[in-house]
Amino acid sequence: MSEITQEQVAHLANLARIALTPDEIESLTKELGSIVDNVAKVSEVATADVPATSHPIPLQNVYRDDVPGNTLTTEQALAGAPDHDGSRFRVTAILGEEQ
Amino acid sequence: MAHHEHEIVRLSASALAEQLAAGEVTSVEATQAHLDRIGSVDGEVHAFLHTNAELSLRTAVEIDARRAAGESLHALAGVPIAIKDVIVTNDMPTTSGSKILEGWLPPYDATVMKKLRAAGLVPIGKTNMDEFAMGSSTEHSAYGPTHNPWDLERIPGGSGGGSAAAVAAFEAPLALGSDTGGSIRQPAHVTGTVGVKPTYGGVSRYGAIALASSLDQIGPVSRTVLDSALLHDIIGGHDPLDSTSLTDEWPSFADAVRRADVKGLKIGVIRELDGEGFQPGVLERFREALDLLAANGAEITEVSLPSLEYAISAYYLIMPAEASSNLAKFDSVRFGLRVNPPGGGTVEDVMSATREAGFGPEAKRRIILGTYALSAGYYDAYYGSAQKVRTLVQRDFAAAFAGVDVLVSPTAPTTAFKLGANDGDPMAMYLNDIATIPANLAGIPGISLPVGLAKEDGLPVGIQFLAPAREDARLYTVGGALERLLEDTWGHTLISQAPDLAPGEMAAAEEGAV
Repeated sequence: MSEITQEQVAHLANLARIALTPDEIESLTKELGSIVDNVAKVSEVATADVPATSHPIPLQNVYRDDVPGNTLTTEQALAGAPDHDGSRFRVTAILGEEQ
Repeated sequence: MAHHEHEIVRLSASALAEQLAAGEVTSVEATQAHLDRIGSVDGEVHAFLHTNAELSLRTAVEIDARRAAGESLHALAGVPIAIKDVIVTNDMPTTSGSKILEGWLPPYDATVMKKLRAAGLVPIGKTNMDEFAMGSSTEHSAYGPTHNPWDLERIPGGSGGGSAAAVAAFEAPLALGSDTGGSIRQPAHVTGTVGVKPTYGGVSRYGAIALASSLDQIGPVSRTVLDSALLHDIIGGHDPLDSTSLTDEWPSFADAVRRADVKGLKIGVIRELDGEGFQPGVLERFREALDLLAANGAEITEVSLPSLEYAISAYYLIMPAEASSNLAKFDSVRFGLRVNPPGGGTVEDVMSATREAGFGPEAKRRIILGTYALSAGYYDAYYGSAQKVRTLVQRDFAAAFAGVDVLVSPTAPTTAFKLGANDGDPMAMYLNDIATIPANLAGIPGISLPVGLAKEDGLPVGIQFLAPAREDARLYTVGGALERLLEDTWGHTLISQAPDLAPGEMAAAEEGAV
């Protein structure tokens, strides 16, 4: 039933922010097609009267007291960053030329 | 030295703990013995991604000093433990088997690490795993595969192949694992060891690098059922830092093992996991174990879980969907790798180049599949339907547990396959998890323990028991009882039959050279 195309995989890769190579797009298109054919059977039994389960053991209203917790220091939070200026993460331009 | 190192490393955690408490061996000796064992066999096994002898020995020295000062310590204080690299440690790098986190030193400890340290266990290193726990063989680790100690050309299971191989190769008596679709139980099956996936929420996930948040669960890995129980007693319990953590009071699982008995226990054999697609030698050992249980008073019946044929499909939609969301955090900004594309670019270009370079093929496959399952136009047919199948699987289990105390199946369809055997066929690889996945979908606990070697290849076979949510103690009762019955029959433990990876070691130790 699935007709996964290379264009579709390229679009998904863009949504997922992975700069896939053309070779990867080609092989993933084949593999995804086969996997999706195998997993699509879920719709056979998923009738309208069956409720969805998102969570194996439902819990509700898990709150804690509204008090400051034990949080990381700025230094700790920045310790693993590829680039920072001492108090903030540093990144390249947010907007491209056409934006 | 009171004990030769080759003797120390073969002790179970509970036996080692007794010797530590009695002053017959020190934690420094025990830790050094395991470090030396890692030094002599891990070149071949590759269970570990990171060890730090100085750090581990420093912890051991501290425990010995506290014990010498008369302090009352936890039963397992001073016992070494290996940590799956999915669990963050503030003193050892944590990669989750991925290049994107190479060399990352987390600024905090997972809750289970805090609990282990409080109990005085000695973390001895971080173990190898499929990248982000995505796999059944550890072949998807960015740092190369782990090898099965029973046959170095075969897989040790996955994703927690490193933890299972570490205990099977006597590199550690205990390890932590994580189980999203079988990553603790299936490695136990193929390495002749014990692994437990607790009830969802029974052990805190805080500090476990998430694969699929509604399926992931941390649990114990060991060579004996009692050792898993002792470890479970330490790591279990409510954690306010994990909003899915259960507030239940848990019984002592070690006590459940010690009073283990199967008389009158109702055991349901899962019909859908007892035949087609299963290796004959796996089924043979499985049925022998059932006969042994029946001969000792268990009531064996057959039960059917009709929705099981849809469980793998549902799992391979829900898990990638959640993974694609969880792995969005690897954005080249806050931690981990950053790759600048040639000629520079925007933060989005940097992110895309980083994720292209940092993720391996299986991570990419699952992220793209998950993105597809969640995308507009497909959500209802795939992710939505999979969540409904999850309800059906839960209903099947509820109906089955109305008539039996525990369910049973082989842990996986085959013994350990050769490294590379499933290359290029992701769907074939996914089918390895057929018996283990349903427990994760339903949130129920499961255990795998060894029941012998398959006749055709001489490789370990595991049996899996499942219990209703919150009834983890039943797994320890039936598992502890079966382990004792089997070992009485054999006259030895199964793991004692594993090949000697360092044949010179024992002779050398006897001559006092080690």
